[in-house]
Amino acid sequence: MNKVGSRADGSANQNPSAADSWRQRGSDDRPLTMHTADDPAIAAPTLLTSARALIARDLRLLWRRRGDALLPALFALMVVMLFALALGGRRAVLAGHAVALLWVAVLLAGLLSLDSLFRGDAEDGSLELWLLAPVPLAWLVAVRTLTHWAATVLPLVLATPLLGELLHLPRAQLGVLVASLLLGTPLLSLLGAVVAALTVGMPRSGILVALLALPLYVPVLVFGAGSAAAFAQGLDPAGALLLLGAGLALALVLAPLAAAAAIRIALN
Amino acid sequence: MSTSTTPGPLLSVQGLRFARNERPVFGPLDFTVDAGQALLVRGDNGAGKTSLLQVLAGLLQPDAGHIAIGGRWTDNHARSRHIAYLGHLSALKADLTALENLRFACGLHGRRAQRSLQAALETTSLTDYDDAPVRTLSAGQKKRLSLARVWLSPAPLWLLDEPYANLDLDGIGLVNQLISTHLVDGGAALITTHGAYAAASVRMRELLL
Repeated sequence: MNKVGSRADGSANQNPSAADSWRQRGSDDRPLTMHTADDPAIAAPTLLTSARALIARDLRLLWRRRGDALLPALFALMVVMLFALALGGRRAVLAGHAVALLWVAVLLAGLLSLDSLFRGDAEDGSLELWLLAPVPLAWLVAVRTLTHWAATVLPLVLATPLLGELLHLPRAQLGVLVASLLLGTPLLSLLGAVVAALTVGMPRSGILVALLALPLYVPVLVFGAGSAAAFAQGLDPAGALLLLGAGLALALVLAPLAAAAAIRIALN
Repeated sequence: MSTSTTPGPLLSVQGLRFARNERPVFGPLDFTVDAGQALLVRGDNGAGKTSLLQVLAGLLQPDAGHIAIGGRWTDNHARSRHIAYLGHLSALKADLTALENLRFACGLHGRRAQRSLQAALETTSLTDYDDAPVRTLSAGQKKRLSLARVWLSPAPLWLLDEPYANLDLDGIGLVNQLISTHLVDGGAALITTHGAYAAASVRMRELLL
């Protein structure tokens, strides 16, 4: 407990009180000068340089732990195989459910790595560096989230044709499916970032993250899988894809702001 | 680093108060720290030393009071660019090398002109460990690396939370030398400690919490 009213002010225009508890040490009176971060001679970070530093760091970490990076892809493969086995492996049945199965597999694989989005940085104190950086925290959150998406979910989206073959996905549906995943999965990551940020201060919150994120994922899953399903029925998938695109544009602006605010609250 | 005359104290604090769960932690505090000065914040465990530094850094929200940098009242974001913070956590990535960790910190916070990453490692006696993953370093070496990050920062105000922890006598001397140089260069520092490590050569006042 502090002594209330403790002061460390030696300036002449303030009255020292009995509670004053500082004392001067050292006797060399150097001329007092000030340097500031506004100094043009200083290599100040910009949005671009800070993003480059964060992306380079994340890619290096990904490379050093490349075994871990494969886990979401292996998980998605296992989910697809389990569904294929559970449905009896019949070609017509698998082809009819392929779009929904692939969407769920990619969604669950993304969810698996969601808890680690900010947790490592919170545990080693790196998040404090983010908060004290002269660039907006929301910008760093956006860069981190999109790098995480590119490292964990994008490879899955690119592997969709292969997984589609396993499920006998009609090739005509592949284009719409990949387009819906390319629009929908970054949206999932951005929504998930808000949840991950909210729970970053809580220990062992993996299940909680999933429980909070899954309801938010429902509309994305409905429109994402729905677009390819509509195309399979001969309907125009453009409406669902446009809605996904609009959601992504909105989330790109709002989700990093919300996640940044959540991080500040979680760490306060 | 510029050497323009200070328009006011580098750091001014007025009526700063912080409570956790409605339990007062410190304050109200009023003090100023001029460029070229260091303030040693002392107190027992739980006295609020770390909380004070976190409030000044903007990591915690004060319950009351104002903080000014260079005579201008600031919010958390405006203040952060003038502050280099050394916390209890190392803010280092165990899987990255010492050099890679410094490179990331400089990308995020900028780097003081004419100070290189290699020079930072030399200053903190970590030259031989530039390519070593941080997880292979000792606690003292990690602390030196965190100090190297602060040394590279362009921010004039250093907030150092227990900078002497985990350091041997050489390391303690290094901290005092870095602080002295920073003060001569026109910076200022707030240091928390529950020990008595600061060298007499460091111009330092004390605030007892």
